Amino acid sequence: MMYSQKVMDHFMNPRNVGELRNPSGIGEVGNAACGDIMHIEIQVKDNIIEDIKFRTFGCAAAIATSSMVTEMVKGKTLEEAEAITNKTVAEALDGLPPIKMHCSNLAADALHEAIKNYRQGGNSSASIVKGCCSHDTDPTCGKNRETQLGES
Amino acid sequence: MKSIYLDHSATTPLDPEVLEAMMPYFTDIYGNSSSVHSQGQQAARALEEAREKVAALLGAKPTELIFTSGGTEANNQAIITYMLNNRGKGNHIITSAVEHHAVLHTCQFLAKQGFELTVLPVNSYGEVEPDTIREALRPDTALVSIMHANNEIGTIEPIKELAAIAHEAGAVFHTDAVQTAGKIPVNVNDLGVDLLSASSHKLYGPKGIGCLYVRKGIRIGSLLHGGGHERNLRAGTVNVPGAVGFGKAAELAMQRLCSQEAPLADLAKRLIDGLLATIPNTRLTGHPERRLPGSVSVCFDYVEGESILLMLDHYGIMASSGSACTSDSLDPSHVLLAIGLPHETAHGSLRMTMGKDNTQEDVDYVLQVLPPIIHNLRAMSPLGR
Repeated sequence: MMYSQKVMDHFMNPRNVGELRNPSGIGEVGNAACGDIMHIEIQVKDNIIEDIKFRTFGCAAAIATSSMVTEMVKGKTLEEAEAITNKTVAEALDGLPPIKMHCSNLAADALHEAIKNYRQGGNSSASIVKGCCSHDTDPTCGKNRETQLGES
Repeated sequence: MKSIYLDHSATTPLDPEVLEAMMPYFTDIYGNSSSVHSQGQQAARALEEAREKVAALLGAKPTELIFTSGGTEANNQAIITYMLNNRGKGNHIITSAVEHHAVLHTCQFLAKQGFELTVLPVNSYGEVEPDTIREALRPDTALVSIMHANNEIGTIEPIKELAAIAHEAGAVFHTDAVQTAGKIPVNVNDLGVDLLSASSHKLYGPKGIGCLYVRKGIRIGSLLHGGGHERNLRAGTVNVPGAVGFGKAAELAMQRLCSQEAPLADLAKRLIDGLLATIPNTRLTGHPERRLPGSVSVCFDYVEGESILLMLDHYGIMASSGSACTSDSLDPSHVLLAIGLPHETAHGSLRMTMGKDNTQEDVDYVLQVLPPIIHNLRAMSPLGR
């Protein structure tokens, strides 16, 4: 299998799936046309992420990174959460196949959007389109593809 | 745990009878079929017997068949060498948007070398409509290449009609029959094709061997240069054990053809009807009737194909998808996009292709396992709310 055992574990048994009743912040990244959307909701109290939930449309890597990032930041301060990158999430999963690094590894971005949304007052759904192949709007689409093929 | 293989359009298991037929050509009769001595002559006889069997499956003459390394090579040779050897006839090639990449990329390669290419659109079932080919044909159209049946959505193309239209305009017709040979009747004369590609491992034969049918009088050339094998049309020591296996597989496929087509189509219908009835927001892709027996291709809204495949694999069910995540590219299958599906729908595609050993129990097991998988993935998805 191309995925590590940790990825498969988080994919088959994802942690913290769902939504919060009154989220302090919401972040969403990705694009359905690309095949990946990550939606993260956080509950913040005294600068600590007390609770976190996610919903993801995407491949096993997209689901596993979403699950992993929620596990990594639950109970952490916002600053600690902000220090987490897509790369550290992938490392915590014992790595991802090279082709998955760009398009399916956006969970930390979704988390950061949720924190940003919280800092801006929260509750309004912050939604950005970020991803590897936003066919209509993203001029970096082709560039990312070349990088990706070069690395795989 | 159960193990249910539903990916017969990708490849099929080797039939034990085929393996048995091949074995002596690895061990005792190892000669080069070009050699003059008795070892070589035994291998040469076996090669010609195999050619007769494959030719019989395709309704062709043995002298019209060249063994190749597989379907990809046969497609490359047909298209590239026909165009290079018939420059006087024209510079224009016509193909369709739903071809296998072995045809589509080969045509695009020629376009980069200066040939002119028209890629025909298809209707929502994936069929090439006769009028589109009529409009695309030009006096300088040398070759038309349209697949017999689609590998992803199973739609069978109206080859007989398309070939007749191409011939009226003076063009030669090639068809990629990799998905149909051994599964439905394929007869080069009934279809009226001039060139046809087939592959052994799709019909329970070994991998690494296929063939190109070349109608008498059609001038192609060799893609590989070297010795004078295969009537100077395919240099390289012939894969005799492979050819023997292909021959045996073709013989068995012919015997099974009549008895298996209907049961496989029934199994597919049971699965399709069951999925459409139990899983909302599901659509069948490809033609509802004019499709390969045993081929099921569907799209589920709001979920992604690779996730479905890995969940199914967890339950011992092996299938495939046209999602971007299951390929080396970022786009979903060109076939699903060509039939007009939006990207997000194409990402949720699932293909299950059944073979001779699949049973009704297999179908019922899929119908038991798949609906909760889709339900759970949808529960996790932010889409469709």
